[in-house]
Amino acid sequence: MSRTIENVVCTFCGCLCDDIVVEVDEDENGNSGRIARMRKACANGRGLFTHYDPTPQPPTVDGRPVSWEEAVAEAARILDKADSPLIYGLSSTATEAQRKVVELADKVGAILDTTSSVCHGPSGLAMQAVGEPTCTLGEVRNRADLLIFWGCNPAVSHVRHFARYSALPKGTYTPEGRRGRTVVVVDVRPTASSRTADLFLQVAPGADFEALTALRALIQGKTVAADAVGSVPVSQLASLAEQMKSCRFGVVFMGMGLTQSRGRDMNVSELFTLVAELNQYTRFSVLPMRGHGNVTGADQVMTWLSGYPFAVSFARGYPSYGPGEFSAVDVLARGEADAALIVASDPLAHFPAAAARRLAQIPAIALDPVPSLTTQAARVVFPTACYGVDAAGTAYRMDGVPLRLRPVLRTARPTDADVLTQIIEAVKSC
Amino acid sequence: MELGERFTLITGRTADQGQGLHEGKDSEAYRLATTLVEMNPEDMARLGIAEGQTVQVQTASGQTTALAHAGTLPSGMIFVPMGPTANELIGVETESTGMPPFKGLTAGVKHI
Repeated sequence: MSRTIENVVCTFCGCLCDDIVVEVDEDENGNSGRIARMRKACANGRGLFTHYDPTPQPPTVDGRPVSWEEAVAEAARILDKADSPLIYGLSSTATEAQRKVVELADKVGAILDTTSSVCHGPSGLAMQAVGEPTCTLGEVRNRADLLIFWGCNPAVSHVRHFARYSALPKGTYTPEGRRGRTVVVVDVRPTASSRTADLFLQVAPGADFEALTALRALIQGKTVAADAVGSVPVSQLASLAEQMKSCRFGVVFMGMGLTQSRGRDMNVSELFTLVAELNQYTRFSVLPMRGHGNVTGADQVMTWLSGYPFAVSFARGYPSYGPGEFSAVDVLARGEADAALIVASDPLAHFPAAAARRLAQIPAIALDPVPSLTTQAARVVFPTACYGVDAAGTAYRMDGVPLRLRPVLRTARPTDADVLTQIIEAVKSC
Repeated sequence: MELGERFTLITGRTADQGQGLHEGKDSEAYRLATTLVEMNPEDMARLGIAEGQTVQVQTASGQTTALAHAGTLPSGMIFVPMGPTANELIGVETESTGMPPFKGLTAGVKHI
């Protein structure tokens, strides 16, 4: 017997597609089996649901299955004993759990950082420096006639972005869909996304800032005394500048090509400034292509509760902000953290080796619905429920729109928020 | 190992890396998806590197081995999918942002 659930939200990436159809195998008593079939999801989203094994698993300490009470007590002991605990992750858990993480960090005087610091942290710095000319994906779908993808490859990382939100949909004021829109891709190499574009500008690696500065000058009517900037012919930049000024509603989507290259936040500040200035001529917005399903929520919750989006230390008894000082890679590389709590992320798979090696040396606690390199190395592991698959919660789409996640499976796994609540209580009695 | 001819190293997501992580990060699919280095075909020919050959990649921060794969990259650029292999090449200098240099590193490539 199978049960069909419609309009399910997929939490794989920041698109949070909310039109997914899921079929779940169930026995005659209504007990969920695994997810049998899915419709509309991309390959990345399908994998999140169909590879998930919802079978309840006991937590482990040093690889040994233990009771939840024992694991909570050991986690609380590690955090209480540490001089400088690091709490990291948050991007693939729900807002409800993110709130609990901040409460716990405050309680134990931890350094708290999110995956934003190795993702769009530089975009956060740019927002703080020059503001954020933003919009929602609904506005893009219904109004945008010029789309520029700068340093991102949605055909691989946000597979349904073109179809649902940007290049292809026929919206209220975009009745012709793709034919009524101009799509531009700027990248250092040809990609699956650039091959679908009307115009591809290939910029030299590390030269995005220069290309953006030249675009700002051209938009302001200045002359650029060079044949090319960042390997892009000035004639091409001038043509793009003209398109940007004359479109009805333009949107730039930007990715790691800007945040992880030379210049980092300066690249993004230059782009945000360019977009803000374009509003003297027409309507223009910029949206970071947020990667993990609720990394936007992590920024939101951290900012509500601490005043800062990432890289926050609670060691002094109040929140202090310090990208480069309290960001996870820096803290680990300097050997400062002596214990770690990792929530819904896998830094051992994604941190530079020197930082990952330090993390593997210190006592770590991991909350994750699926095994990872980090759960393999952690001293205490809590196999929690997956929000949006077998737990309800809230996640923020890349444009800051919160969506409610409904469970499609009926299982008995505790949520991240449940476990964090228990750890907070246990820490109080340490 | 001397760096030899200099390349610009870019790391990032790929479709296979995304699929591999669902299989599990200890799966063969993930290992294959993340243990490769994409190169410009003409650069490969000049260095005598064949498709699928194991090469050594080095930066100022570390070195690793990966399987060479011809990709649509401009000459002088190499691409390694994000993951444990790429991490061996990435430094921890974040220039006060928290962000390591995942893109734009100088790297050398040598067949072994």
